[in-house]
Amino acid sequence: MSALTFTLKTELKQRLDCSPLTPNLLAGKSVAEIAAIELQSGNRKVRVDAVFDITGDDAEDVAFAKATAKLDYIGKGLTAGCITVEGDVGAYLGQQAKGGAIYVSGNAGAYVANELKNGEIVIGGNAGDYVGAALPGNKKGMQGGIVIIKGNAGDRVGDHLRRGSILIEGNAGAYLGARMTAGTIGVLGSVGAYPGYAMKRGTLLLLNAPAEIPPTFNDCGTHTLGFLPLLLKGYHSFDTRFAGLSDSLKRVRRYAGDLSGLGKGEILVAV
Amino acid sequence: MIINGVQIDDTFAEAFPMKATRVVITAQNLKWAYHAAQALTGFATSVIACGCEAGIERELDPSETPDGRPGVSAMIFAMGGKGLAKQLETRAGQCVLTSPTSALFAGIEGGDRIALGKNLRFFGDGFQISKRIAGNRYWRVPVMDGEFLVEETTGMVPAIGGGNFLILAESQPQALAACEAAIEAMKKIPNVIMPFPGGVVRSGSKVGSRYKALNASTNDAFCPTLKGQTKSELSPEIESVMEIVIDGLSDEDIRQAMRVGIKAATDLGSANGIRRVSAGNYGGKLGPFLFQLREIMA
Repeated sequence: MSALTFTLKTELKQRLDCSPLTPNLLAGKSVAEIAAIELQSGNRKVRVDAVFDITGDDAEDVAFAKATAKLDYIGKGLTAGCITVEGDVGAYLGQQAKGGAIYVSGNAGAYVANELKNGEIVIGGNAGDYVGAALPGNKKGMQGGIVIIKGNAGDRVGDHLRRGSILIEGNAGAYLGARMTAGTIGVLGSVGAYPGYAMKRGTLLLLNAPAEIPPTFNDCGTHTLGFLPLLLKGYHSFDTRFAGLSDSLKRVRRYAGDLSGLGKGEILVAV
Repeated sequence: MIINGVQIDDTFAEAFPMKATRVVITAQNLKWAYHAAQALTGFATSVIACGCEAGIERELDPSETPDGRPGVSAMIFAMGGKGLAKQLETRAGQCVLTSPTSALFAGIEGGDRIALGKNLRFFGDGFQISKRIAGNRYWRVPVMDGEFLVEETTGMVPAIGGGNFLILAESQPQALAACEAAIEAMKKIPNVIMPFPGGVVRSGSKVGSRYKALNASTNDAFCPTLKGQTKSELSPEIESVMEIVIDGLSDEDIRQAMRVGIKAATDLGSANGIRRVSAGNYGGKLGPFLFQLREIMA
């Protein structure tokens, strides 16, 4: 058996909804049946075999090759199995997924891990805005699982985050963890303005101090926190630089907030 | 059966079903992990009056602990699940939460789940923080020395209590030396504890008493000062008897502990005044698990 591979063979003029191409939806289908699946692209539907070359037969292990930023909804509703993308992806990667793993070698668009429930997403490049966020008007963002971004992330990472971890090994934009209910966001690079805006609970773990701590966060002083090695060791089974910090990152300055609301969250800045 | 001049009696130890849990206590150094663990497992020698039986199982290397600090694993045994959960909560709250630099983690993965930090967290008066890490939930409770980190639950599994053997010697110091040697060997066996002080009990009891209010009383058949006064199991040269009681997670764990303990005692041999090894046998009144001494030492 080898990975069921979809190789993009045509330049897309419109965005393409790839949500039917997940291991759970493809299980038990023949290659001919898969080829006949129709995908929404703009205001028309196209057959899978009109845009992808299909090779391999293992539906548990789905791969996309020569992928571009016009491929949206990859991994939507994924429950198990693995999706590997060589190239870039568009918006809504892993939307509402409940399990499994998604690996992207390139960049991803907006709403990565949108309302994710569980599972693992690793992005080798950069991600757009609203990583792990809720859709506009919804109040429940990512509820579990882990997202690892090797590059940078855009604005509003973890907006309405409820649970789970978002680990950014590059920089993050403004409004990091805004309105988050709980969960953990870690950033190795720099962060933009208004981190933790209106957060209720949860932890922002920053290796570099933000340019400015919002006025509604109060300084609780510097501390050696016993849970940090435990948290970081919890990432050892994932491919992330955070796991390697479990012996060195223990001491932080703790800012409690957002005190304009519930105020039980925290920004931890490494010292 | 004679080993190194020591007779192994043709008898068995009687043991009974219990419920058990294990916790891992870590601290800034091993000294303080022991302080917390010794307090947690104190006054927990016998279910007769203590409510549970508890002991330190073993030392843990930083590489073995969840938070990478030195630690100790401790086990608690009780007759039932509700009693065990209550004992664990009380002991963890009064002995580990209070101990400087300590943290407390589950030591058993499976089994039924019982509260560890699930109720202790309310000590935080609303300032406590929940953290879900690698599939487990932990509580960070603010305390004066920083934070008390505790896992929410630990596992509870069926276990066996009351495994035992008796060492019969020509003098009290010799009996004690044999027990000490046995305990040193038995401490290396995982999944077992010896809950009495130093692992040894001198006031072995029998089921029942002539006083109606008591359900246990002195094991007069093995009291050397009563050799001429009651139906005695002791021969004239026996002047002291001591017992080692073992609680373990499984039948095989207890057998292994008994085997290494009895071997350590018989290694001292009759030349050092050790004459016999026997066991607490109450004709099946105490419990359904039987540990035949000769079978174990064969």
